[in-house]
Amino acid sequence: MTDTTAQSSVMPSEKRQSQSVGNKKPSAAMMARHMRARRRAERRFRWMGIVAVSGALGFLLFLLISIFSGGWSAFLATEIRLDIHLETKKDGMPDYRRAIREALMTKFPDIQSRKDIMSVSKLVSKAAPRELALRVADDPDLIGQTQSFWLPASSVVDIFTKGGFTQGDLKGDHLLSEHQRAWLATLSADEDMRLVFNSRFLTSGDSREPELAGIWGAIVGSFFTIMVTLLLSFPIGVTAAIYLEELAPRNRFTDLIEININNLAAVPSIVFGLLGLAIFLNFMDLPRSAPLVGGMVLALMTLPTIIIATRASLKAVPPSIREAAFGMGASPLQVVGHHVLPLAMPGILTGTIVGLSQALGETAPLLMIGMVAFIVDIPATPMDPSTVLPVQIFLWADSPERGFIEKVGGATMVLLMFLVVMNSLAIYLRKKFERRW
Amino acid sequence: MYGLENQVTATVSASDGPGHPAKFLCSGVDVYYSGKQALFSVDLDIQPHDVTALIGPSGCGKSTFLRCLNRMNDVIDGCTVSGRILLDGIDIYGPEIDVVHLRRQVGMVFQKPNPFPKSIYDNVAYGPRIHGLTSSKSDLDDIVVTSLQRAGLFGEVKDRLDSPGTSLSGGQQQRLCIARAIAVNPEVILMDEPCSALDPIATAKVEELLDELRRNYSIVIVTHSMQQAARVSQRTAFFHLGQLIEVGDTETIFTSPRDERTQGYITGRFG
Repeated sequence: MTDTTAQSSVMPSEKRQSQSVGNKKPSAAMMARHMRARRRAERRFRWMGIVAVSGALGFLLFLLISIFSGGWSAFLATEIRLDIHLETKKDGMPDYRRAIREALMTKFPDIQSRKDIMSVSKLVSKAAPRELALRVADDPDLIGQTQSFWLPASSVVDIFTKGGFTQGDLKGDHLLSEHQRAWLATLSADEDMRLVFNSRFLTSGDSREPELAGIWGAIVGSFFTIMVTLLLSFPIGVTAAIYLEELAPRNRFTDLIEININNLAAVPSIVFGLLGLAIFLNFMDLPRSAPLVGGMVLALMTLPTIIIATRASLKAVPPSIREAAFGMGASPLQVVGHHVLPLAMPGILTGTIVGLSQALGETAPLLMIGMVAFIVDIPATPMDPSTVLPVQIFLWADSPERGFIEKVGGATMVLLMFLVVMNSLAIYLRKKFERRW
Repeated sequence: MYGLENQVTATVSASDGPGHPAKFLCSGVDVYYSGKQALFSVDLDIQPHDVTALIGPSGCGKSTFLRCLNRMNDVIDGCTVSGRILLDGIDIYGPEIDVVHLRRQVGMVFQKPNPFPKSIYDNVAYGPRIHGLTSSKSDLDDIVVTSLQRAGLFGEVKDRLDSPGTSLSGGQQQRLCIARAIAVNPEVILMDEPCSALDPIATAKVEELLDELRRNYSIVIVTHSMQQAARVSQRTAFFHLGQLIEVGDTETIFTSPRDERTQGYITGRFG
């Protein structure tokens, strides 16, 4: 550009004129055409953006609706009221199963045949006797009295009450027979049946019976696992990033390390599971299925994310701050500790929480270290066998029982809620630190 | 690390300042950035209680030289300094020198005001804190107040020492940086174009301040403005293409420079 102007200034005037024909000032029509084309291009791009965003929102909405419509019913449970007379047997304890059967027979006096007795008993959950036993344990005075109890209905009844079956499902009587449906109608008409909040879903562990299965065990397992992951990956990741970014010499070796860390972030997570299996279980002999090992494996997986995020936010701190601190005679570690790290903290926290959210939703590496087992007990320590939320969802989704379908939706809702809470926490922390600095 | 093999025996020339020995004695200073030479055998003395101005066109090495004086070039990858720089007779690139201690003696103010994103108080108190200069809160308060007063900022900020340093105006921020630099009671203050980001009024305030500070400190200032060099400095050094062309009393340099290039630069023929 400057060349041509310099040339033109020394050029003889007639030549300059001939050149000015080539550089002719565009006509108004040309300019208008040009402007129109440019505006069209901009409008086109804006529309593409709007379409892309609304498409993404549509898919998200569809996903959420399908999860919520399938999962809300997991938070409700059907209960049946029975007037039960408890009487001790010879061994001093009542026969709860028998007491329930007798209560049902009192309720429906027309039942005589053995088949009908079996059939009506199936309306009540298999866990109902245990439920009764727990109530009696709380209040031994119940023995010898006739009391009305709300007992959990069986899974089939539960689904039926919530409208989970289509007409086609009910054909053939293999789910609920004509008789059973009639009894349910009677119970319903007498207001001996109700839908209540399913506290069991949130407070108990896994179970073979869908109506009894809960996610508390998986929540506790996830909590332990994530805590182990956080405690390992955050300090190690941040200090590694600080060393690599601020203190390590720049040479071929550190370049190699950097490339490898970036590649590690893209390694399939199941590979980390294999690593955990080989090292933590087979070599170090740590307990199988334990959140401790799960957390260690997930920490390995999260480390690259945290290191990359930390390095990026350290790099983003303006060099003037570093210079100012060095100029004041701060040592490299003081420069980082007093100035760079606090300024980089919002970015580091965001990266960490993103990494942890990823870890919270991870299944594959945990399968490799045995966290996929069927575990009923709530883990009390990170050393106890347990499972985690996404693995629990996977296990339920894999079960043949119809009643687990809604549990999958319910557990997914809980998992999403945890992710939302974690991300809100990240935003809150970021805002808080930004305000201080 | 800092190839001292090229060391030249320091020419401890009798200082041409009035009566004092030179604060800095630099001889044969070469600087390389990743193999590319940026400074060629610079010999320069810095006199105490003088403002020494370093002038020259962009890229002539004056900032590079300034940064050699408190070893700020250490943090730049691939930068090597050779030659000899003596502060009060001690080689600052010597093996026994602690950079932290050196930078306490030789403070620095940068081109762009760069207060820490902390309170005004903490900005000034940072140096004394990390160097452990005070034992009590009241001592620290005294240092902060005195430094702000010396930097001519105290009156403007005395009611809001807790508000962030970044909330001040550009000129105030630069004076805050000066207050921060003098809070550790250095012997020399290096200033790298301290007024280039400031408006004329703020510039005037900083220049006024330089004259005040000269009583207690030696000052080396890099400036692009020849008027500023003429106004504030007692001695001026002219750099060109990495070489020190001429150094002398400011008046001499500006009225009767010996070198043609100096003449050309100060009369605005190039630069």
